[in-house]
Amino acid sequence: MNAHAKNRLATHVFWLGAGFVVALLAALVTYIIVHGWQAIDIAFLLKEPETMRAGGGIGPNIFNSFYLLFLSMALTVPIGLLGGIYLAEYARQNTFTNLIRLSIETLTSLPSIVVGLFGLLVFVSMFGLGYSLTAGALALTVINLPLMVRVTEETLRTVPGDLREASLSLGATRWQTICRVVLPSAVPGLVTGIIISAGRVFGEAAALLFTAGMTTPRLDFGQTDFFHPTSPWNPFRPGETLAVHIWKVNSEALIPDIRRVADGSAAVLILVVLGFNLFARWLARRLVRRLSGG
Amino acid sequence: MPRRIALRLNRNARRELVGFSLAFLCASLVIILTLAITVFIGWKGFSVFWVHDVSPANVFSLNWWPDRPAEQGGPQVGILTFLVGSILTSVLAALLSAPLGITVAVFMTEISPFLGQRLLQPVIELLAGVPSVVYGYIGLSVLVPFIRENLGGTGFSLLAGVLVLAVMILPTIASVSTDALRALPGTLKEAAYALGSTRWQTIRLVLIPAARAGLLTAVVLALARAFGEALAVQMVIGNKREIPHSILDPLITLTSGITMDMGYTVQGSLWNDTLWFMGTVLLAVSFFFIFVIRVLVNKGVAR
Repeated sequence: MNAHAKNRLATHVFWLGAGFVVALLAALVTYIIVHGWQAIDIAFLLKEPETMRAGGGIGPNIFNSFYLLFLSMALTVPIGLLGGIYLAEYARQNTFTNLIRLSIETLTSLPSIVVGLFGLLVFVSMFGLGYSLTAGALALTVINLPLMVRVTEETLRTVPGDLREASLSLGATRWQTICRVVLPSAVPGLVTGIIISAGRVFGEAAALLFTAGMTTPRLDFGQTDFFHPTSPWNPFRPGETLAVHIWKVNSEALIPDIRRVADGSAAVLILVVLGFNLFARWLARRLVRRLSGG
Repeated sequence: MPRRIALRLNRNARRELVGFSLAFLCASLVIILTLAITVFIGWKGFSVFWVHDVSPANVFSLNWWPDRPAEQGGPQVGILTFLVGSILTSVLAALLSAPLGITVAVFMTEISPFLGQRLLQPVIELLAGVPSVVYGYIGLSVLVPFIRENLGGTGFSLLAGVLVLAVMILPTIASVSTDALRALPGTLKEAAYALGSTRWQTIRLVLIPAARAGLLTAVVLALARAFGEALAVQMVIGNKREIPHSILDPLITLTSGITMDMGYTVQGSLWNDTLWFMGTVLLAVSFFFIFVIRVLVNKGVAR
């Protein structure tokens, strides 16, 4: 075989590999949607899960997932933004900055089950929070914070230095420059980063098993006492998220209709995560267009 | 600089000081968190030695009878079976996924950058966004029955775990490799073509060797992710505390061991504390991978 025949063969192999990966995603999504379609109806989306009988739904799990996402993002976004601002705008080349970067790298590559164990030890036991949404939100924050800091830093670094110099030369302080000039022009990147990390958090399960817990109390949406154990909004109650529910149903459930619940839950989860992803892309394009005046 | 401004104490200077302090505090929090995780997990994990007085030889053995009384030769809390399971699944998955991931990366940078940008980039991002429990669910409902019916055994096997992990880490390998290939100077490729190389010769003899450090980084990152993955693996490997003899045998890993028993063992018992020690081992392995990646990245920069 001469060099050109080999070249042609290699080209075919590369196309084959790329095609295989595309087909893989298509097959995955098709499988989940087709099976999920048969399982999902309004009752399934609203009803409570059953522990022994057939016919359970995933209503509280969907609520828990979104509420937990909100709680953790309420912590992650401000801390992550400020941390990213420090790295992009204030940090100098020194040991402290290197230490921050090493820590970010370390936190990023920590297995999420280890974060879950840390949450169990510190948030659940030491802080005395018990299995609760707050403990879960804190664990998710540990997972998501490094990503948020990095996304913020990278986005702020794409803001042209001229803008900062112009603002500083007009007599603005550094903080004013950050708040009035740098952050506003970095909004599209930041928003995309926030939504994509939200999608990641939405699917997280390993870190929540031993922090947010694997059960949900009977929720009463008419409950007006915020901190009542049955109040859906009580951040100190345990809550099983959708992702945790998928794991639990598949690995240790006693209900007869495991397949149906698993199919439906997986479809809802994947649709929400895909939704986050597509929404982030769409919003980024729109914001860029609006802010650049085009 | 913030200090000098603050002396004037006007409103803007106060805000500057507050803003800087908050940003500094939040950045420091990342360091504090990392230290806290290391200290707490390590401290809790090593209690297996200083509270229960178990010897390291016992912990790093193949014997696992955590609840057997002393007169029957227990308790034995060897985690080696779990460790071997973790290494087997993650290394095999990385070996399986690396060629495909690098193939995709080369396709995106050299064969068809247009399709790479328009089609494969989003596909890889979406694959990376699929939650791990969904991969586990697909493995459980498609792969496990398929293996049971066509290859034998129960289907819950090393093979199922490796395949699920291989797909999960594919996006990591593909995207990091793509970055590595894109970072190469264009002159390399031009020189190779000018000497009369075909595209395949350029890729095999010039581009891939030049991007070696970056490609290895991609594989190590993927390996680290595979090693620490818990639920997707736990759902398909059968969780039998034995070292597998074939790829169709069930096995157990560190992460699945922790997942299975952490909720069902008594706090402070030897069994429970051994699970914490497994967590410490996971943490140590994760540190090791970070160290390897740092070395690789420095090597890539130095050349």
